[in-house]
Amino acid sequence: METLELTQEEQFQARIDADVRIEPKDWMPDAYRKTLIRQISQHAHSELVGMLPEGNWITRAPSLKRKSILLAKVQDEAGHGLYLYSAAETLGASRDQMLADLHSGKAKYSSIFNYPTLSWADMGCVGWLVDGAAILNQVPLCRTSYGPYARAMVRVCKEESFHQRQGFEIMQTLCEGSPEQKAMAQEGLNRWWWPTLMMFGPKDSESPNTEQSMKWRIKRFTNDELRQKFVDMMVPQAEFLGLTVPDPNLKWNEAKQGYDFGDVDWEEFWNVVKGNGMCNQERLQARVQAHEEGAWVREAALAHAEKRKQREAALVAA
Amino acid sequence: MTDSPMPTQATPAPTPETQANLFAFVLQLADTSLILAHRLSEWCGHGPILEQDLAMANIALDLLGEARSYYQYAAELEGKGRTEDDLAYLRSAVEYRNPLLVEQPNGDFAGTIVRQFIYDCFHYHLLLQLQSGPDAQLAAIAEKSVKEAAYHIKWSAEWVIRLGDGTEESRRRVEKAIENLWRYSGELTTPSATEKALQAAGFVPDYAAIQQQIDAHVTRVFEEATLPVPQGVFMQKGGKDGRHSEHLGYLLAELQYLQRTYPGLQW
Repeated sequence: METLELTQEEQFQARIDADVRIEPKDWMPDAYRKTLIRQISQHAHSELVGMLPEGNWITRAPSLKRKSILLAKVQDEAGHGLYLYSAAETLGASRDQMLADLHSGKAKYSSIFNYPTLSWADMGCVGWLVDGAAILNQVPLCRTSYGPYARAMVRVCKEESFHQRQGFEIMQTLCEGSPEQKAMAQEGLNRWWWPTLMMFGPKDSESPNTEQSMKWRIKRFTNDELRQKFVDMMVPQAEFLGLTVPDPNLKWNEAKQGYDFGDVDWEEFWNVVKGNGMCNQERLQARVQAHEEGAWVREAALAHAEKRKQREAALVAA
Repeated sequence: MTDSPMPTQATPAPTPETQANLFAFVLQLADTSLILAHRLSEWCGHGPILEQDLAMANIALDLLGEARSYYQYAAELEGKGRTEDDLAYLRSAVEYRNPLLVEQPNGDFAGTIVRQFIYDCFHYHLLLQLQSGPDAQLAAIAEKSVKEAAYHIKWSAEWVIRLGDGTEESRRRVEKAIENLWRYSGELTTPSATEKALQAAGFVPDYAAIQQQIDAHVTRVFEEATLPVPQGVFMQKGGKDGRHSEHLGYLLAELQYLQRTYPGLQW
């Protein structure tokens, strides 16, 4: 038998190609590690910052049941943040460093959270559209090549699909309600539709990381493929609700068995990415403020733990 | 449970007066849980560390669930067709019956912890008694809630200890919070006219006995936290009779905004 001398990198790629999960202690190329840390921490930051636009309505939720569901949902997002930070830690990143990168603006988070939540319908739109888009992005990640990330995503996706249903249900209740409520729902859709389409990222032709990420099976579909899927999934739902999707170019294409739709305003997209969205500064400031104002609490907890340890050591020694 | 001061024998059907008092008392419990849950929920997304953000949302959710159980029961006791949301969203500040403590603003994390600990001490020891009380529905809600309250008091007590026996700054802050908030602790165990009547009828436990248990709990925790237990503080009251601090009006304006702006709709 002829033995093949594979380089570490070739062996690694062979495992990926065979759909064998990569685990924390396995050898991996530096670039793979870096790409994953970037992506997972970005995802964790999105969960953390994503608490803010919905948190904005917890105190104003219109019924006790809605208040309870919304609070539980935002709490789930905090939980997702925790799983994801832990997954990134298995690659050697520290939570402190990741947070420092978020606070300095070095690390990004999903731009969608830089849009304001202005009415109760936005709680419906965020659940229905934003979580809907997130699910499309995330379901393939349950099969992503890095084990801890894939496993974290299985849990995240289960909860996200519940979030999406509750968002749709808010929209449905509004659409079946008074004319004012229906108008509220339509106005929400008008504001959230395009930013949601932007969540899939730049066009494939302008997405430099896609090819390598596909090869490493960190990513399994391109941005444009997912965007198309999303439109095809959402348009019938909007029709069911009796809402109008704010795109004059939207049209069913029999040949491709999908919708043709208008072009995203890429200038707006890049502006928000660069920090010029309505809420970029507020969101980041809110995070930085919470972190800075919490510093003394974290210090106290550490100091107390240390005192306790010393007392216990003294007891043992005595 | 052998130390229960509550009568456990079968009780006669409550008089209309007791029924009305019971409605008022259950509503007071509901308002109290809701207002504190609302305050805690204001932290959501802004906590000092992600794990504590989660913990506060957890406690808020427990209290919200407890509030809903009480409101639903209150609506049933009243029998006028009002719903949990009518009771929570369509009553003005003077009709709210929560004690002053729970409507106090969050302040810093130390303020939130001290407010929580003071309330948890009362809440936990009250629920322990209510779960063996003569009203089956109230007892059932208490039995479910006391398990949650046991976790709440463990959480807040641990933080009182960490902050008291942590750094100089945390100690200064927790002492300040105690100074600000202790004056609202007395109202919890000072019975209102409604509570007095229900105590006489055997539906509400003796608050003097609960106060003793609270004192023992506080002493134990403060000792570990190396904090002095406040003495001789003048106690504020009024919330349970609908005389609130200025803070409640703003809280309700926010809480009730949608229901008040668009009356009579489903959400």
